[in-house]
Parts: sequence; C-alpha cells; structure tokens
Amino acid sequence: MSLVGKSIPKIDGMAIATGKPVYTEDMAPPNALVVKLLRSPHAFARIKSIDTSKAESIENVECIFTHKDVPKCRFTLAGQSYPEPSPYDRLILDEIVRYAGDEVAIIAAADEETAEKAMKLIKVDYEVFEPVLDFEKAIDHPSIIHQETDLHCNFDIGMQQERNIVSCQKVEVGNVEEELKKCHTVVEETCYIQAQAHAMMETYRAFSYLDHTGRLVVVSSTQIPFHVRRQLSRALNIPASKIRVIKPRIGGGFGGKQTGAVEIFTALVTQTTGKPAKIIYDRKETFSVTNSRHAMRLKVRLGADKEGYIRAMDIQGLSDTGAYGEHASTTFMVVGQKTLPLYNKTRAVRFMGNVVYTNKMPAGAFRGYGATQGTFALETAVNKLAERLNMDPTEVRLKNLIKEGETSLVSGGIKLGSSTLHKCIARGRELIGWNDKYPRREVGDNKVRALGMAVTMQGSGIANIDTASAEIRLNDDGNFTLLIGSTDMGTGSDTILSQMAAEVLETSVEKIIVHAADTDISPYDPGSYASSTTYVTGMAVVKAAEDLKKQIIESGARILEVSADEVELDGQKITTINEGKTISIEKIAELQVLGFGGNRQLVGNATHGSSISPPPFIAGFAEVEVDKETGKVKLIDYVAVVDCGTVINPNLATIQAEGGLVQGIGLAMYEDVRYDKVGRMTTNSFMQYKIPTRKDIGNIRVTFEESFEPSGPFGAKSIGEVVINTPAPAIIEAVYNAVGVRLTDLPITPEKVFLAMQQI
Amino acid sequence: MQIEIILNGKKVAMNVKNDEYLADTLRAHGVSSVRKGCDTTCCGLCTIWIEEKPVLSCAALSIRANGKSITTMEGLYNEAEEFAQVLVAEGSEQCGFCSPGFIMTVLAMKRELNNPTEEDIVHYLTGNLCRCTGYMGQLRAIKKYLGVMQHEPCR
Repeated sequence: MSLVGKSIPKIDGMAIATGKPVYTEDMAPPNALVVKLLRSPHAFARIKSIDTSKAESIENVECIFTHKDVPKCRFTLAGQSYPEPSPYDRLILDEIVRYAGDEVAIIAAADEETAEKAMKLIKVDYEVFEPVLDFEKAIDHPSIIHQETDLHCNFDIGMQQERNIVSCQKVEVGNVEEELKKCHTVVEETCYIQAQAHAMMETYRAFSYLDHTGRLVVVSSTQIPFHVRRQLSRALNIPASKIRVIKPRIGGGFGGKQTGAVEIFTALVTQTTGKPAKIIYDRKETFSVTNSRHAMRLKVRLGADKEGYIRAMDIQGLSDTGAYGEHASTTFMVVGQKTLPLYNKTRAVRFMGNVVYTNKMPAGAFRGYGATQGTFALETAVNKLAERLNMDPTEVRLKNLIKEGETSLVSGGIKLGSSTLHKCIARGRELIGWNDKYPRREVGDNKVRALGMAVTMQGSGIANIDTASAEIRLNDDGNFTLLIGSTDMGTGSDTILSQMAAEVLETSVEKIIVHAADTDISPYDPGSYASSTTYVTGMAVVKAAEDLKKQIIESGARILEVSADEVELDGQKITTINEGKTISIEKIAELQVLGFGGNRQLVGNATHGSSISPPPFIAGFAEVEVDKETGKVKLIDYVAVVDCGTVINPNLATIQAEGGLVQGIGLAMYEDVRYDKVGRMTTNSFMQYKIPTRKDIGNIRVTFEESFEPSGPFGAKSIGEVVINTPAPAIIEAVYNAVGVRLTDLPITPEKVFLAMQQI
Repeated sequence: MQIEIILNGKKVAMNVKNDEYLADTLRAHGVSSVRKGCDTTCCGLCTIWIEEKPVLSCAALSIRANGKSITTMEGLYNEAEEFAQVLVAEGSEQCGFCSPGFIMTVLAMKRELNNPTEEDIVHYLTGNLCRCTGYMGQLRAIKKYLGVMQHEPCR
C-alpha cells in the first residue's frame, strides 16, 4: 500500500492553521440579524405571563418569539438516525422551563447591543416549582419534570414520565446472583462519574438565509447536518426538501455538536422574516445551555474463582440526562455494551438501571458515550479484584480478556474479528517500566510515585444502524471528486478518506477533491460520531472507489477494443496485457464526458453499513506522583498502547489519541460541571471549569499495536472515542497504589485525596 | 471615537465604541485569524501583538490601541506559514481554531527567549488552550521548528 499508513498532512491543515476565513462565523453575511435568547433564571418553573411589548418597540428589533409564537410539535435535538431512540420531549420554546438557562424568548435584532437591550425589557412572571437537582433522588420525586401528554417515543425505551425515568434497561445472560454466590472472591465498587463539558474551542454557532429559490439554508458548526435537516423539518413544520444544511470547517466537536443546540433559533428567525440571521454562543452559554457528558453512578460487582477467572459481572447504574432526554437511553446502553464483552471467561453478566430526568442542563453525546463511564467503573473494580486475588493487575487482564476469534456471553455467537489487546498490555508494561516501578516507590520530600493501569474497548460505528454513502466521480480533466457526508471536525477524516480513495484508484491525494458536508450535495451520512467515520464511511469510500475503478477499466478496455480482463490499471493509464497498448485516465475521462467513449460521466457509488461494530482497544498505564502532605496528584507519565486495526494515517491517529487522553486526564483530575443549591451552573467559564493546560498533563506516549480488522477499510477500526476511556481508572489506581485511597468519585482533586487519606 | 492604528504595517482609521475590544474591532475589520474562545481571558485564541508584544485582544480596549502598531497573523504571514507547515506536518493543528493565537504566541516566544528549554516553552505557552491535540504534537512541532532555526548558520 502506498498511501494507507502514511502520515499525509491534512488537506485543510494550512488554511485552518493560518487563520483563513473557513469557519461558520467567518462566512456569515454581514447584514445577518443577531439572535439572542432570554433564558430562565429558575431550574423549574412555568411561565405565567410574558410581556415583550416594550422590547419590541425598540428600534432595530426585528422580532421576538415566545412560547406562544412557535410551532407545537415536540422533537429531539439528538443527532441520531431515524427513528431516534431519544424522546421527542422538546419544543422550540415551552411554557414550562426545565433548567436554569432553558430558553424563554428568542430575540432577533440588527445588532448584538440592540438584542441585549431588548432582552432586558422582556417581563416574565414565573410560577417556580421545586427542582429535581440530585439525580439519586429523581425517581418518584414529588416534582415531575415532563408532565406533557404529547411527549413521544419512537419506540419503547422504558420511559416512565410520572417517575422522572427516561429509560429503564436490563440485560442479563446467565444468573448473576447465583454465579456470584459460587465465586471465591467478590468485590464491589460504586463509582461516580461527573458531567464533563466538551469545551471545544469554537463555541456553538450557526447562521441561516433563504436561497434564490426561497429555501432555508443553515450553515452550522455541526457534526450532524442530515440530522439537523430532519430536526428543523419537524420542529418548524416545513418539508425537508426546503432545507439545506452546510457544515464548514468546525473548531472541535467531541460529540457536543452531535446535538443540534443552536440551528433551530436562527432557522426560525430566517424562516419567519426571510432575512439572514446568525447566532454565536459565548463561552458561558456553551458551558451552561448546550450539553455535557451524562453523569452516572455505577455499582459494579465482580466475582472470580480461585484461579482468578472472572465468572460473574454485574453493573447497576443510574444516569442523569438532565432536563431533556438527548442520547439518554443509548449512552446508558453503551455502558453495558462496551464492558460486558471485555472479560469473556464469565458465566453470567448483567447490566441494568435507569436514566432519569433532572432540572439541569441536558446531557448529550460526549466522546466515549457511556463507555467512558463504564470503563471507569469496571476497571476500578477489576483493579480492586486483582488486589484481593493477590495478582498483578496486568496478569488478571491477560488471563480474562477476550481474544481474537473468541466470543463473549453477549456477542450472540459472533467471534471477535481483531484484537492485539494482550500485546498492548505487554508493550505498555515495557514502556512504563512496570517491572521496576510497580506498584510504588518513595521519591523523597514526602512524595511517592506509583503506577496504575486499565484497558478499554469502544466500537466502530453503530452496528446495523450507521450507514454511509459515498460517491466518487471521474472529472473531465482526469481528477476525481469524492463526495461524502461525514463531518471532519478537525480529526482529519476528509484527509484519511481521500487517502483511502486514492489508494484504491492508485492515484495521489492531490488528484482527489473532497467535498463534505452539505445536505444538498453530499450523499447521506449520519455524520461523524460513534467512531463511525473511518470504519463505516471509510468502507463506503473504498467500495465507491472500487466501483469507479471497475468502470474506468471497462471504459478503457472498450476504447482499446479488448475485454476488461485483458487490461491493467496502474493509476495513470490502462494498458492491454498482450499488446501493451495504452490509454491514459485523462483521455478516458475526456472521452466519457464528451460522450464518445461511453456516453456518461463515470461515477462510483456505494452505501455501506456493518452488522458488527469491531472494538478498538487500548491498554493505558499511568505513573503519578502524590504529595502525601497535600494530596496533590501530578501525572508524570501516561502510556497508551492502541489497537485501532490498521493505522490509516499515523500522525493523525497519534494526535487523536493524545488529545483524547488529555480529555480523559481532565475528566480524571480536573473537570467537573457543578451547580449551586438552586440549580444554576457555577462552572460556566474557563475560570471555574478547568480543562488541562499544557502544564497539567506530564508526558504522554502513544504507540500502536496494529491488528487487521477483516470488515474494516484496509483492516482499520476506529480511534476517535476509545482514547478517552483509560486515564480515569488508570490514574485512580495509581493514586491508590501511591497512598492507599481508591477514590471512586471523579475528579480526584487534591482535596478529595487529602481528606480520604485522613480516613485511613 | 475614531482611532488610527498601524495594522500589519498599514495605517488604518476606524470608528470604535468606547467599550469595544480589539478582538471585535479587528474581526469586524475582516481579520479572520483573530478568534474568540472564551469571555474570561483564559484561552489565548485572540492573541495578537501590540507593539511587538503578545496581547489578548479580547481584553485590550480598542481606544487604547490608538496610534499603536498591531500585528496579526495576516501581517506575519511568511513566518507564520513556515511554522504552520511544521505544525501541520506533525498533524497537530487538528481543528485549527486555536492555531492562529497559538502561532502568534510561538513567534513571540521565538523573539523573546533564546534557546528555550522544553520547560520554558511549556511555561510560555500555558495561556494558549487547545482541546483537540493534547499539546504533545504542538510541542514536537515547536521543538522541530526551533531546532531548524538554531541550526541555520546565519542565525
């Protein structure tokens, strides 16, 4: 292979790195109306009355909408394939406000100052209810968050509205309680994983206008253009054919932009006024009125026999989806999906629990999507089990982890197609210096250094759901245009997809024009989420390129007057095997579009979905230094050994991994979305919400142990999400090995470590 | 009020409000490399130079820039491109949204620090947040870039 496996720079790299106007805000028309939102100061209330007359009388205020003025058709903002598993529990504006920050009125004005002035003049009278703020008290709370009768679920997700339960789930194979009784060693651990903010550098933003045919065009920093089109169509009650959604360059997403946070507001303004409109969330809004990771409580019980084989696994959970149910049931489901298959010597496994509404900012998709939470809980318990069994934690894993060609209780008989996880563990042990440094050593000055480790799996796309189409055409000049609907948000997916197409067509990346993502032009793609783009869209691109290649060969053979099996393609030209007659691809292209050679432009097409979601794996190793006097934890070194199948572009995969690890380190050590007593978010700026700076992370080392996934493009699996999962459990274990406290309530701040040390 | 600044070497007169910040003024003037990532002077995205010194333009009042020399990435283009190429070769621009502010700080550091150590580099750039890359690739790029510069005989 000449291109797959090469660290080709991103095709858009120079433009985005050097400040070119290629992001959403850069493209907004200068005359766009500025859209601002009046928000509820209360966590739970009913709008008794709302008076906009004074605000509307201000010059340059274009329009103001309240709940009385908007369509009344409930929808979800979750970016998921139809029929979405998320409940339709939202209105554009509702009479009931369900969290502090929920939208009360939409104001459009000629400029920001006017919009803000108008906002202050809107008078709202609220009937305030007692909010549900503690997710552990949400079930059967006297306050019922969603009492509306028109809430709709596309199918049964276990919703019990009157009990504040969005989803109730249970998966059990075998009899967990019976197996636990038979076990020699049983451990239990209850873990709390906090809400985490995505904190992408480009805040949420969109603008909209009507095009020359009167259709609504929405340009948005989104991961999900096709889903946004469907959301807008339903919420605004206009046909999807009248809507176009375009994604320019995006300044980071991490799953946050898998929820349609802002598009609906400008779309409503443009659709009503006919005028361009834009909305740019500030950092405070991005923190407090969009979405975050689902906070969860997960209780894990593991049972092992005398030899150290894990025979029973039980995970009971509670997840906080906040005020609306975006990604509520599926994030929770993934907790079980990405933990139960990992240790396959089990005889019984169970995952069960509830997802609940609370009066807080809605949760949504966030890199890892439940697997992060599940990994933290499971791996913390496995580390505890290893200690009880008096075994090295790497040995317990080597003994119990699923291997290539094996099944698990929940795999439905399907064998694991690829894994080098055992090698990843061996390599990670070497790199971190496990034999010398595990478990701990005093380094003087009241400081101690220690190691901890964890493993994880994610998926590659959503099996049987994620389906991407790709189209590649041979242009008149012999170059190619690759049309895709996946949404590069900085990851480099446009680049790696063009690498794949170029590999198949034996051409160079420079000859391929990549176009994405625009619902008018791109073939359907759910968008870039669920670790799907390399694996699912990638395979669609490979198939489309193969389809085109076949057509080029057939066309060339026809022009050379031989059959297709008598020619060869070398990327530049077609050559007859016997006589050595040639025709260039440029010439074929020219003849095809001019109509002489075959009467049509050659276009390769493919649609691809997978019935499996092959897991990428990581073994993560942390070395920490803990100050025994203060409880301060410093991360010294982090080693991650990654099996993502074939690495399509090593540089881009490495950066994906390093970035995800640092987000995972943030989750483990620094980041926490917090609220005050009345439900107002207190961590709504970078002053209060700490993401890692370059001083907070220590050394990070990423290396790959490639496997070959038979169902993936060139053997590739995914990389985007799996990378965030191991830091929390590995760091927590390292801290335990250092000072003897196993904190199960993230993040592990010095204060928590110190206080826990006083309890020993 | 009306101010006159020297923007990337050219005199420019502009009308600004008294409470307007340079980040907004410059963006309104079509300078796309200046981006805002926070409202609390934490992220470093809006870094420009005033009189050759790196400054957060989201916290610099435009009226105070009157008569001053302002440099954005657009005015340092060849040098910025040179470093950006190293950054991109490393794959560590990722989403690119923080890159201009980051690069402006790197180039300021190059002028200010002579043969910085890794620790110096990390310290100098702490105020430039990045959520995509995990910083390691940026560090590799800086080390490669400065290494190249140090080996050039004319320097």
